[in-house]
Amino acid sequence: MAPKKNAAAVAAIAPPTTTTIPSSTPIKIPSKSSSQNQSPQQVAIGIWKNYLNKTPQRTKLIDVFMSFLVVVGVLQFVYCILAGNYPFNAFLSGFSATVGQFVLTASLRIQTNEENKAEFNSVSPERAFADYVFGSLILHFFCVNFIN
Amino acid sequence: MVAKTQEPFFQGSTGKNSRGVLRIIILCLIAGAAIASRLFSVIRFESIIHEFDPWFNFRATKYLVSNGFYDFWDWFDDRTWHPLGRVTGGTLYPGLMVTSGVIYHALRALTIPVDIRNICVLLAPGFSGLTAFATYLFTNEMSTSPSAGLLAAIFMGIAPGYISRSVAGSYDNEAIAIFLLVFTFYLWIKAIKLGSAFWGALCALFYGYMVSAWGGYVFITNLIPLHVFVLVCMGRFSPRVYVSYCTWYALGTLASMQIPFVGFLPIRSSEHMSALGVFGLLQLVGFVEFVRSGVPSKQFATLLRGFVLAVFAISFGGLVLLTVSGVIAPWTGRFYSLWDTGYAKIHIPIIASVSEHQPTAWPAYFFDLNLLIWLFPAGVYLCFLKLADEQVFVVVYAILASYFSGVMVRLMLTLTPIVCVAAALALSNILDTYLTFKSPEEPTATATVTDGASNGATKKAAKQEELRSMRQPLVGIYASFSKISVVGAMTTYLLIFVLHCTWVTSNAYSSPSVVLASRMPDGSQHIIDDYREAYQWLRQNTKEDAKIMSWWDYGYQIGGMADRPTLVDNNTWNNTHIATVGKAMSSREEVSYPIMRQHEVDYVLVVFGGLLGYSGDDINKFLWMVRIAEGIWPDEVKERDFFTERGEYRVDDGATQTMKDSLMYKMSYYNYNSLFPPGQAQDRVRGVKMPEVGPILNTVEEAFTSENWIIRIYKVKDLDNVGRDHASAASFDRGNKKKKTLKKRGPKVLRVE
Repeated sequence: MAPKKNAAAVAAIAPPTTTTIPSSTPIKIPSKSSSQNQSPQQVAIGIWKNYLNKTPQRTKLIDVFMSFLVVVGVLQFVYCILAGNYPFNAFLSGFSATVGQFVLTASLRIQTNEENKAEFNSVSPERAFADYVFGSLILHFFCVNFIN
Repeated sequence: MVAKTQEPFFQGSTGKNSRGVLRIIILCLIAGAAIASRLFSVIRFESIIHEFDPWFNFRATKYLVSNGFYDFWDWFDDRTWHPLGRVTGGTLYPGLMVTSGVIYHALRALTIPVDIRNICVLLAPGFSGLTAFATYLFTNEMSTSPSAGLLAAIFMGIAPGYISRSVAGSYDNEAIAIFLLVFTFYLWIKAIKLGSAFWGALCALFYGYMVSAWGGYVFITNLIPLHVFVLVCMGRFSPRVYVSYCTWYALGTLASMQIPFVGFLPIRSSEHMSALGVFGLLQLVGFVEFVRSGVPSKQFATLLRGFVLAVFAISFGGLVLLTVSGVIAPWTGRFYSLWDTGYAKIHIPIIASVSEHQPTAWPAYFFDLNLLIWLFPAGVYLCFLKLADEQVFVVVYAILASYFSGVMVRLMLTLTPIVCVAAALALSNILDTYLTFKSPEEPTATATVTDGASNGATKKAAKQEELRSMRQPLVGIYASFSKISVVGAMTTYLLIFVLHCTWVTSNAYSSPSVVLASRMPDGSQHIIDDYREAYQWLRQNTKEDAKIMSWWDYGYQIGGMADRPTLVDNNTWNNTHIATVGKAMSSREEVSYPIMRQHEVDYVLVVFGGLLGYSGDDINKFLWMVRIAEGIWPDEVKERDFFTERGEYRVDDGATQTMKDSLMYKMSYYNYNSLFPPGQAQDRVRGVKMPEVGPILNTVEEAFTSENWIIRIYKVKDLDNVGRDHASAASFDRGNKKKKTLKKRGPKVLRVE
């Protein structure tokens, strides 16, 4: 469950960068599991096992990287709340580096996913990886430039 | 169109090649036409910068070229906004200057040394050729028809709606911005079609370039999220949308924040919140889709959808809360006045005073987009018929841009590309239908019908055949006469369109406002060149740092042509400072003289068109000065005082005393009587007879008046040597001596020191 949950956390943090959103993340889990005729734990465990079994090794690696990015992003955000945002550009470039890298990695994950092959008939996994490198290079150039 | 008619002759792979060659030739010709139709003003007059704003861009470009990029980036300009100065590097969009600087250096590196002025003058025509090419690419994404792209390219190349802002010499931000706008949209469509992060990143890069070039980038920032939002609402969310949008947003926002003038705006201002909101929404939707694929239950899926809606509502509420509490800046006045069209007129007269910010009249649409405007709805309708992702974009763009162009004349510019594209789609559809000369299914279908009818084995069989044929009626146009007539009509319209565009460009949009052209009785051209005469006088006959006070319209031109410091200019960032100038112009001399002394004004420049009938002069703009000054000092300047009892704005005998006493009135009409026989002075703009006795000026003296009295420059007098006030000193000089020494002593005041 970990990576998906983290994906939700970033998704929730990303939109308005407010503190109101993280509180909404917990709301979701009970609401989604209560609908099943199974108990919530069973559903969660089912999803988790399903994920472990079906996901290829490479995608799991990507997921680990994404969850790491989420942790870094959350830490930065918490620190910004605690310590204030004085060099605002520094905070922004650090935070948006994690968000941007997360989004780019998610794109890579989507593009290399076998199930989405029909959607991306012109993008081979190698091409997707090259795009990923290109995007990341631009992202880091801008972040380094913006952090001063 | 040429390619279309030729097509049947070229078959197979050689046909493909020759069509490719034809395409290249046509595109080159289109670029040539786009460039050539913009050169009227250069050929007729000379290669100079027009209008007002481009003079600043030109000046900044010269600074960039002579001082290098880093100096330009942190350039503090102390020759504008005199006591304050302007941090130019942080208050302009550097894209235009940097582009022409790069071209300048590239040409020098190729050992073609071209003057920077010529690069600036010819930048807009050059980029219009590129715009035509970008429109070609963009339209090709929309339609499979071979002619749509080429038609859109030629439309975009010569449509007057775009030419109006991009003739040679109009060195304004729009010159390159429209190219970037269309090209960004092309990359966006490409990204969303392929779902490729590479194209998304390229789109972000060009978006960053666009941000550096024009303030209208806000349009893109709102249009692309709107497109995605509409797609999500239509239930067309796909991983491609996620990949392209998130790549674009993450990189594009960072890219836009690199421009100092934009800075933290993408985080902090309301204009950019839609992009951020849609970014968050996509994360949610993407995650939910991901989870849903792993979970079988239907009920659960609807719950997830409810969850998306709930989070969206909560974050929207949070956004509203943040805006209300002031963490996120509300809409700026300029942007807000697009929604509340009465807002600017009431609260910010300086926005309303610009003629470009008025609502558009109907004839302007026909004038600017002749035949395209009635093909435009048809093209949008065609997009509705085939509603793929990219057609949704056209629809959204068309609706949004139509609204904006209706609110503000100047936004006709953003409407023009989509009008060209939609019109090309409609027209190419017509041509594709009517230009296919062979009728494919006709023989088989008709054969069965005729067989069934003529043979007539039995009544029933015939009936059945008839019914079957009626079930699948053969629809199509087969008569070559109807085909030829329709195609002929369309060709005629297209030719008329070309004629119209050329006529409009030549007559309406190709006049430099620096030079006024008029016709002599014998048809020869007479050039009125008072502006440059006066600016040249200022440049040569005044001190290097003599401060010039004028109304803000002329600020950039004075800075660019006369090269003297000014108090206010067209970059209206400090309203109070402009109001100060407005107050000095609209007050009595005794009031305005201290103001001018405090601001170290040496010369005052006014534009007066009374002699020549030049209607854009300062007396006609005077009421705006009064209004803007009244906004700051409501007690001292009152608009009501400038109208007569019956509410008329008059400059002749019936003018109010406040009007006659105002500095602007006096400076405009000073000595004007002396031009005419006594009692016959005539103001040709207002069409009235001037009073017998002209105004008297005490605190300023006439320094220069141009040949046709369009520009009048006054020098501000120094303080009186013996400490009298100027009025009494001047009256003493005129010889109004007191005839007899008055016995009666005036009320004395105790000397303090």
